[in-house]
Amino acid sequence: MRMGDRNQVRLLWGAAALVAVVVVFTLIYKGSTGLQWILSGLTVGSIYALVAMGFSVIYSSTRVINFAQGEFTMLGGMMMFTLCTRGGLPLWLGFLLTVGIVTLLGAGFERAAIHPLKDQSVITVIIVTIGLAIFIRALAKWIWGTDPVKVASFTGDKPLRFFGASIVPQSLWVFGLTLIAVVLVFAFFNRTLLGKGMRAAADNPDAASLVGVSASTSSLVAWSIAAAVGAAAGAVIAPINFAAYDAGAMLGLKGFSAAVLGGLGSAPGAVVGGLMLGVLEMITAGFAPSGYKDAVAFLILILVLLIRPQGLLGKPADVKV
Amino acid sequence: MAQKILRWKLPIALFCVLVAATLGSMGCGTQKVDTSKSVYKIGAVLSLSGPAAPLGQPEQNSLKMLESQLNAGAGVNGHKVQFIIEDDQSDPAKATAAITLLINQEGVSAMIGSSSTGATLAMVPVAQSTQTTLVCCAAGTAITKPVNKYIFRTPPTDSMAIDKVLGYLTGTLKATKIAILHDANAYGVGGATELAAKAPTKGITVTANESYGTTDTDMTPQLTKIQATPAQALVVWGTNPGPATIAKNMQQLAMKIPFIGSNGIANKTFITLAGSAANGVAFPGGNMLIPSSITAGTPWRNAVDKFTTDYTTAYGKAPDTFAAHGWDAGTILTTAMKTAGTSKAQIQTAVQATKGLVGIDGIYNYSATNHDGLTSADLIMIKIVNGAWTQIK
Repeated sequence: MRMGDRNQVRLLWGAAALVAVVVVFTLIYKGSTGLQWILSGLTVGSIYALVAMGFSVIYSSTRVINFAQGEFTMLGGMMMFTLCTRGGLPLWLGFLLTVGIVTLLGAGFERAAIHPLKDQSVITVIIVTIGLAIFIRALAKWIWGTDPVKVASFTGDKPLRFFGASIVPQSLWVFGLTLIAVVLVFAFFNRTLLGKGMRAAADNPDAASLVGVSASTSSLVAWSIAAAVGAAAGAVIAPINFAAYDAGAMLGLKGFSAAVLGGLGSAPGAVVGGLMLGVLEMITAGFAPSGYKDAVAFLILILVLLIRPQGLLGKPADVKV
Repeated sequence: MAQKILRWKLPIALFCVLVAATLGSMGCGTQKVDTSKSVYKIGAVLSLSGPAAPLGQPEQNSLKMLESQLNAGAGVNGHKVQFIIEDDQSDPAKATAAITLLINQEGVSAMIGSSSTGATLAMVPVAQSTQTTLVCCAAGTAITKPVNKYIFRTPPTDSMAIDKVLGYLTGTLKATKIAILHDANAYGVGGATELAAKAPTKGITVTANESYGTTDTDMTPQLTKIQATPAQALVVWGTNPGPATIAKNMQQLAMKIPFIGSNGIANKTFITLAGSAANGVAFPGGNMLIPSSITAGTPWRNAVDKFTTDYTTAYGKAPDTFAAHGWDAGTILTTAMKTAGTSKAQIQTAVQATKGLVGIDGIYNYSATNHDGLTSADLIMIKIVNGAWTQIK
């Protein structure tokens, strides 16, 4: 075990222990009210985690930070609205079509806007993703208008009681999707040849192309997966947070924070970062005047970055000469 | 050959058009716009995109409808009327740029706008320095307090809505303890601050005053804090979708205290978003939302009925209060130009002298010390019952 690994594990335990102390304190001090905050935090945190995972997938394969990731999530919600609320399709079919359509869109955007820049620097591509986000948002405004829209909950709105706290059934769908997504993404990048090759392609494109994974393929697959995860997230959270053409900006910001907190490029890190951010936000909103919620969440982010710039689960960047 | 045909066909075609135009204008006499007269230009800066777009879009719809209705008749004293509409993208800086452009380059004689308080306040200095009358569609109290000679307003103010809510709390609900949950934006903070300041004068104690972010998706922590206080009612000050999330979260937590919203949820979107959780929610809104709340046969009721029919025909959906703000702003200015003239000074004097003008939001009365036009009597309390609006008497 290298020195860096041991430090990393120690820091991770430290952070987890800190959050655990906060959670236990909240539960003892506030009882079922505290549990309510934590359940809300886990729901909000899962939403952040799903968006964060999209950032991680593209980053770990191409080193690009895709600022249009929140827009995929927005598109997922709006597609569900069009197909199910307007079009009357059953939810499961609407969900599958939504993920399919947005995945194709993601692949299309990659071929149209990102692929032609294959010889440009990473920073150029990142700036193009900002432009892409603005483009998608304007398109969505043109298609769907400016009013937020409603998508029906998958399994009704009757809240489930749980030790004096309550949770809407849709939250369980969000938890479930988060779990499935993180397992699939993690398995893809660590157990399949294509996934491993894509991670290699990010570090050394020429060597990776020798084993059959070109940087071009890698980028296309990564964007498709990120779009699929984003769309699935958008479809599942739409009944909770109301889909709207401009929802992507906020989701992108919080999701990016979660991704950085967990360590960019790690799918489990994205989940840890998202859940931590969500839970701490909601506990802060409960204890402190609620206006400080975002301030505290971002303060934690800044502290983590100062102590550990690569995030909680990220690997330190090796500089080889 | 083709050239030859063109040589004699073109003059004949032109001649036909000329004859048709002359006959057309003769037939209807004074009921038509006289195209030889100059066009009266009125500028409008509205939020057609950005967060305030749901306000600016219906305002624009109304102005376009008013323009075509006026020009289908005699215009303003035979002059064609043109509303030149600019988008401020819900951005105060762009609103300043847009009003400057309209006044200096388009040479408009009066101004309308903007949709939100922030953008309107950014336009005030330009209107004042160019001595141009500005009729705004925003509800923030600060716009007309203190009174500025050139700035007028169409919607009921936030203060009027707050007075209406306080009257409902003390009169109908007999509440003595309330909690406030407001959006952290300018609209929410302004409303909550004024509400918290006025409540004690009505014998009401504020047990909790909490806020949420405009894009937040879960307000249960704030609600559990409110649950722990003896509040008998919750007043939510914000615009969609926040209040809809709060209504759903209250249902989730099985909170039974009444939900009183602001005039920011006086639209069908709130009912669509909150679904069954919207039932029982009460809020202050304009009479025009429930036309039957206005005495039948009065000029106001007739105006509202005609406006609702025309708007629904033109745009496929019923008008909301924002559509009414836009229509009234246009009507106030064109009426002033009809009676007084089109110099900037004449318009200012005529608008300020407006008395008993029948609008859609209400009956407008301006004076040198009152540029608000309406009073809290022009608002009603509305309750959502089975997904539909009913007036609370």
